[in-house]
Amino acid sequence: MAEEEWNPKIIAILCNWCSYAGADLAGGARIQYPPDIRSIRVMCTGRVDPLFIMRAFQDGADGVLVSGCHFGDCHYIEGNFKCAKRMFMIKNILKNIGIDDRRLRMTFVSASEGAKWGMVMNDVVKTVRDLGPCPLKEFNK
Amino acid sequence: MAGNEPKETRIGVFVCHCGTNIAGSLDVEAVVEYAKTLPEVVHADHYQYMCSTPGQAKIIESAKEYNLTGVVVAACTPRLHEPTFRRATEEGGINPFRFEMANIRDQNSWVHMHDWEGATDKAKDQVRIAVAKAALLEDLFPKSVPVEHSAMVVGAGVGGIQASLDLANAGIKTYLVEKEPSVGGRMSQLDKTFPTLDCSQCILTPKMVDVGRHPNIELMTYSEVEQVEGYIGNFDITLRKKARGVLTQDEATAKGIIGGGCNGCGDCSSVCPVIKPNIFEMGMAPRKAIYINHPQVVPLQYTIDFDACVGCGLCVEACGEKKAIDLDMVDEFVKVKVGTVILATGYELIPIEQKREWGYKQFDNVITGLEFERLICASGPTTGHLIRPSDGQTPMKIAFVLCAGSRDNTSTGKPYCSRFCCMYSLKHAHQIMEKIPGAQPYIFYMDIRSFGKMYEEFYYRIQNEGAKFIRGRVANILEDEKTKNLHVFAEDTLLGRPVDLEVDLVVLAAAIQPGADIEHLRQMFGVSRSQDGWLLEAHPKLNPCGTTTAGIFLAGVCQGPKDIPDTVAQAEGAASAASIPIHVGKVELEPYFAQCVEDLCAGCGMCTNLCPYGALSLVDREDGKGNGKVMHVTEAKCKGCGTCGGFCPGGAIRMQHFTSPQICAQIDTFLLGGEQ
Repeated sequence: MAEEEWNPKIIAILCNWCSYAGADLAGGARIQYPPDIRSIRVMCTGRVDPLFIMRAFQDGADGVLVSGCHFGDCHYIEGNFKCAKRMFMIKNILKNIGIDDRRLRMTFVSASEGAKWGMVMNDVVKTVRDLGPCPLKEFNK
Repeated sequence: MAGNEPKETRIGVFVCHCGTNIAGSLDVEAVVEYAKTLPEVVHADHYQYMCSTPGQAKIIESAKEYNLTGVVVAACTPRLHEPTFRRATEEGGINPFRFEMANIRDQNSWVHMHDWEGATDKAKDQVRIAVAKAALLEDLFPKSVPVEHSAMVVGAGVGGIQASLDLANAGIKTYLVEKEPSVGGRMSQLDKTFPTLDCSQCILTPKMVDVGRHPNIELMTYSEVEQVEGYIGNFDITLRKKARGVLTQDEATAKGIIGGGCNGCGDCSSVCPVIKPNIFEMGMAPRKAIYINHPQVVPLQYTIDFDACVGCGLCVEACGEKKAIDLDMVDEFVKVKVGTVILATGYELIPIEQKREWGYKQFDNVITGLEFERLICASGPTTGHLIRPSDGQTPMKIAFVLCAGSRDNTSTGKPYCSRFCCMYSLKHAHQIMEKIPGAQPYIFYMDIRSFGKMYEEFYYRIQNEGAKFIRGRVANILEDEKTKNLHVFAEDTLLGRPVDLEVDLVVLAAAIQPGADIEHLRQMFGVSRSQDGWLLEAHPKLNPCGTTTAGIFLAGVCQGPKDIPDTVAQAEGAASAASIPIHVGKVELEPYFAQCVEDLCAGCGMCTNLCPYGALSLVDREDGKGNGKVMHVTEAKCKGCGTCGGFCPGGAIRMQHFTSPQICAQIDTFLLGGEQ
């Protein structure tokens, strides 16, 4: 790992109906953002097992983004709400083991919010860059 | 991780150039070379357009030649071409669910256009992640469910009426739901229609009568959708039939009142002592607490406004032997089962009084286009004599303000074009010149958008008839307190000088927006809104009638501003789309069901409470030991969201196609794999 050039590794878990579609729309509108994020598609953020997030940090992720529909818009009624509730728990765990909980974020981007997706991407990358490499990564080595 | 693969994993990777859409922003060949280094990959190739016939042929041939067990295509988004490539995969002799897509266009080359290195690295990661998932995919088989031979149309304006008639004529039982007491919607409020100048009521009422009479249409006026359950083919919809206080003749007969029920005679209304503004007439005429909006209502049945009714009972007396009036009536709930649904909920005007500079609701003689329609309409409050609201005089100089709130990026305006205001204002100008000899219309416009068939010709006609066109947005309108005349201030941008025009009447072509209740309705049906607030279609070009929720379709202005021809055209399109699953008789559901791994299930039952569809239940274990419980999935109810699988503390729930090992493999391979 070259010390001078560090690019954050950020993983995004997106719901099929809103955020994944919003990310596609950002593409259609050619909204530019930094290429540091890799996304995984699930049908609903309700699918996000806390273990996926812990596993990502354990594997050396610098940040994790979970993005779903707005409350009330969930394709499956309230999967996003159930996911959001779990987020609080996971953030608590992260804090307890000494990881800044800003490394984990949940956002709500609808299928029509391509521009918002661009803003989220820029902001997530900036936040993680400011925080620097995740300490868990060093611990793993 | 997954040790039970029956045969060796052999993945084929195909990278698409998409012309220069992908190849112009990242190094496609480097991605192919990289894919070849992945242990699971036995073949990697690239092509100009993977979705073309030769591109798909590559997949089909390679699948056979290399004996592939899985296919990865790195191209656009799975939301666009997953079905295409799944079919190709199937033709290659592989189960279509062993296909995975890497989205290197919409979420890579298009959003990192100026970062060749970064985009190429990301594409390599995306391919690696897709390969990791493809290696663990399993054979799945779509489940086919029967489709109810009926449909629902919500909103009975001209769009909803047309869609219902088409569905009904195609032999489908159709429920037409309307929240107002009568069908007809906005079009029934209009006087003439552009550019043909057909009388709006004359061309609409035959259709209104048809929906009232059609044997396949069940008209449910004064009703609202209360609850929506189910999925394409099998929607269970609960409707609230609001208490209208008046029995139809059928309802009366059912109650044993022979020969009774409302026949629309109006005796009740003439004795009613309560007077309220008639919303249909834009509040410019009175109505009673028991009322019909206009003489051509369908169904011809009076309605009691229970918020206004004082319960005096005079109407009951006047109705006499017909016994049609029931002052104790309460809302009823009706459940219907339908296969598909069309939303056609229309629009309302924006609160144009928020544009303080134009003085609507401050000055008597500033009205909206819809109020003008009622004032000029022969069946309207003035029987078609256009008058100034302030003094009842005939206006001679009339200013039309176009783009009143449309094409306006301020907080009180709407950024979009409302698409029919130019044309109806031209029509209004024609009408006043025709009806009032010597009257002079002045049209303040930004651009005249007369884009339809015979529209531009109509524009020339109005120019020739003598309407004056002033290109400039109206800055301010002030009232002369004595005469109640109005001063319209604008800049004539063609002459480059300010205008101060004194007129008798100002008509604002107010922008339109979705109705206030659309938010609740779209949440029940699971439809999104686009940024401008209108309902979101599945694809703006290629699926303008569909939505992202299977079985729900859109017609008319609820999807975006449209004039009558476009609304009717979309309604016919939506009716056609909505009838397809019904005529096919079955739909295939993606088999992303939850499964219970019984050996891991502790029978705690947490998941049963999480499932929004009641698809999960606890049943007795069938291992003969008796005392244990285990979770059971009812596949017909499961929609595959995975909320249960995300929670199960024992990891006993397998979400097909999105299993934990598959997702973990994606996470692991991104963060641990790859040398870059």
